[in-house]
Amino acid sequence: MKGFPLSRLVNPQLIALIGVLALNWLLFPGFFRVTWQDGRLFGSVIDVLNRGAPVAILAIGMTAVIATKGVDLSVGAVMAVSGAVAATLVVSGYPMPVAVAAALAVGLLCGIWNGILVALLDIQPIIATLVLMVAGRGIAQLITEGSIVTFNDPALVFIGTGSLLGMPMPVVIAAALLVLVTLGVRRTAIGLFIEAVGVNRSAATLAGIKSRVLLMMVYALSGLCAAIAGIIVAADIRGADANNSGLWLELDAILAVVIGGTSLLGGRFSIPMSVLGALIIQAMNTGILVSGFPPEFNLVVKAGMIIAILLIQSPLAAALAARLGRRRRAEK
Amino acid sequence: MRKSLRPLAATVLIFIVAYGLAIANFPMMASTRVLGNFLTDNAYLGIAAVGMTFVIISGGIDLSVGAVIGFTGVLLAALITWFGIHPLVAFVVALGLAALFGAAMGLAIHYLEVPPFIVTLAGMFLARGAAAVITQDSVPINHEFYSFIAQLYFKLPGGGRLTFLGLLMVAIFIIGAIVAHRTRFGSYVYALGGNTTSASLMGVPVARTTVSIYVLSSVLAALAGIVFSFYTGAGQPLAAVGVELDAISAVVIGGTLLTGGYGFVLGTFVGVMLLGLVQTYIIFDGTLSSWWTKIVIGALLFLFIVLQRLVFAASAPGGKSSEKA
Repeated sequence: MKGFPLSRLVNPQLIALIGVLALNWLLFPGFFRVTWQDGRLFGSVIDVLNRGAPVAILAIGMTAVIATKGVDLSVGAVMAVSGAVAATLVVSGYPMPVAVAAALAVGLLCGIWNGILVALLDIQPIIATLVLMVAGRGIAQLITEGSIVTFNDPALVFIGTGSLLGMPMPVVIAAALLVLVTLGVRRTAIGLFIEAVGVNRSAATLAGIKSRVLLMMVYALSGLCAAIAGIIVAADIRGADANNSGLWLELDAILAVVIGGTSLLGGRFSIPMSVLGALIIQAMNTGILVSGFPPEFNLVVKAGMIIAILLIQSPLAAALAARLGRRRRAEK
Repeated sequence: MRKSLRPLAATVLIFIVAYGLAIANFPMMASTRVLGNFLTDNAYLGIAAVGMTFVIISGGIDLSVGAVIGFTGVLLAALITWFGIHPLVAFVVALGLAALFGAAMGLAIHYLEVPPFIVTLAGMFLARGAAAVITQDSVPINHEFYSFIAQLYFKLPGGGRLTFLGLLMVAIFIIGAIVAHRTRFGSYVYALGGNTTSASLMGVPVARTTVSIYVLSSVLAALAGIVFSFYTGAGQPLAAVGVELDAISAVVIGGTLLTGGYGFVLGTFVGVMLLGLVQTYIIFDGTLSSWWTKIVIGALLFLFIVLQRLVFAASAPGGKSSEKA
């Protein structure tokens, strides 16, 4: 399999992010203004980081899944389930650590369920995770009994709206998770194993990689990431909304991973680049809001961006560029 | 019985058993009124699911279906209410636009070699966004043609109504089944889903077939959008969110293999009816909350996926599990 010539370009994702930010700055001159208030930073850029954190966290888990040639459609629904669990437990009087631990455990369980379907029953990932995507939101509604469970537990709310060293908590959590998972994957052989399974699962298995265990781990990680994102979103709005929490965020997470340059066909992957992808998406969303464009343009712009990325990454564009290059040389 | 027909047989069997249980609990479920409403209420889903069946048999997926339904509704409302265009002309415009939209997605999938998942995801954003750009509000459609179609039905014995919309869905299913199983295009679709490379070596026009499949799916989605606008009598940009998931569920429950190359259009019909049955049962019961619909559909999906897995693992011994895509 041919590698994607990412390393040879000067990182198109970073250029794209800078481009989007520069555009935001042109449309809204105060975009980069950051102020210190009440012991934390405020500003549009901080907002991009803060709002982008849930998708970035999802993208961390999703990158590993996609690197194994899979996909996890259930993350949005798992977010709703974990948020519902955390909120319901806190409301019934359990302390915050118990509620958060339970929510994380539920997310892990959801991930392991997906892993069982994919690794043990050999079901196509898109379909295997579709089951939980459809049923998960129903389960979340079952937990909250159809209502939006609101809470005021200061410890839990802190996860969503608090700050540490001036940075909002979601950003701190996302950054910590990014460092942890990246080190865990790259400082050990796990990253290599994930790539091997993604490129060719049977070859990897024959080479002695326990591909089933690995796949289970990867889906469990994705479930855990979804649970963390779910807790953050619930804590942010001080309530668990089973219907809307994490709705369609699985698509944003997949998009972030694709923008980050990880191939949907498995193999090569980069977790920091996926997080960068999530930030690009959020920078665009925030940019459209602060620049005064009506928010309904958001989806159209997003679609336009995907199309542009697909065109640039496609083999057709590469062939066209090569032919143009040859013709120009021939004319000389 | 052929082994490959087992998933279809299982779907039909489960539908009969489920319907039998439902009738045992609520005898009124057997009335022609309920049966007529089954067809009418699920007409849009069924029509969209026929297109989805073709896409999935060819080994692809179309996430843009719900967004196309929403866009079509808004477009129709804008054309009819704002510009005073006759609904039939508006329908032609909507179907034509959808055909172009599907062709663009098919071209992107074939020539850019991008997975259908991502291309149709972009399509979903585009269609949903375009609908929101036209209007943010619900635009009512008041036209005598709409009330005329809504009044168009046969009376069944027992007070049931066989509506034009319900019959339209049945007709689309029959035409879809004939196209899938009895035409050259149909066999191309199956060949593509089996193995694109072998299909192209055998002389299947891969590009033309891929584009046609997505045109078909988008046009049927637009038709579903037209049907949907008859229920609501309005165009709303957030209408039919998530219908693609229901359509995919119906296709899978109907026995079509998600890896492509195998499936039945008529199985999808039973799948749609089974989804409708779950919903109707929950309405009849009254004590069950709406979220049980999602859980039951998820459980059904799980059941059928595992069932297919077991049947196909049994019929193709040796090394099948190793080359999953």
